[in-house]
Amino acid sequence: MVPTQYYLVLSAILFGLGAVAFVFKRNIITIFMSIELMLNAVNLAFVAFSQAFGKVHGQVFVLFVIVVAAAEAAVGLGIIILIQRNRQSLNVEKVNLLKL
Amino acid sequence: MTPTLLIFFVLAGLAVLGALSLVIQKHPIHSALSLIVVMVCLAGLYLLMGAEFVAAVQIIVYGGAIMVLFIFVIMLLNAGEEERTDFSKLAKFAGLPLALALTAAIAAAVVKPAPDIPSQSVIPDATRLISSMLFQEFVYPFELTSFLILVAIMGALVLAQREKK
Repeated sequence: MVPTQYYLVLSAILFGLGAVAFVFKRNIITIFMSIELMLNAVNLAFVAFSQAFGKVHGQVFVLFVIVVAAAEAAVGLGIIILIQRNRQSLNVEKVNLLKL
Repeated sequence: MTPTLLIFFVLAGLAVLGALSLVIQKHPIHSALSLIVVMVCLAGLYLLMGAEFVAAVQIIVYGGAIMVLFIFVIMLLNAGEEERTDFSKLAKFAGLPLALALTAAIAAAVVKPAPDIPSQSVIPDATRLISSMLFQEFVYPFELTSFLILVAIMGALVLAQREKK
């Protein structure tokens, strides 16, 4: 079997890449996708721990995370459509009303 | 190297490549397709761990529903290539090292307690256990998520409808 540590390291790498994408990307849709990537990385850690301890609690939590991610995607994409309608741009630098 | 380990490394490599491609690609639709690669690889990893139900849900909900929603919005808004803007000096020089440090810190934090963890074993009858747990122990959170989805649907409708004149 594959050691649990390998899954955890992979999960950390994916989470780090998601965080990098979140900070470096300028397109709001891509930023949103990097959040999904980070959620996926956490799900991987949940399932790995669930298998390691021989309990299914982790997998139940993954189901909840997926449901919340779906709800979040629906609302977030609605907000993105609104931003595009009001600013005619998907660049986050253009959304700066609250910036000093 | 056992076949299981080989499959793990192939899937893990593909997932990391897909995630890197998400960061590097300029066009949002390319990023979305790379994210689908990552999700399918993760579903394969769940199968490898013996979590069949989570793997199926991953493919159907993430790979199917959520990513189709993303691609639909990208096409609806006709999103073009990302405009490049200058990073601040801090981001240019400290960004990558800080990101590496974050990854290392998370990896160290999750791996450190791992030696006590017993080795991987496939849970028999996992899907049946999940269903009974979902509808007994976690029944209130489960019902709450259905309410959450209802609120999300209404919120999306209110946000995306055309303004009345």
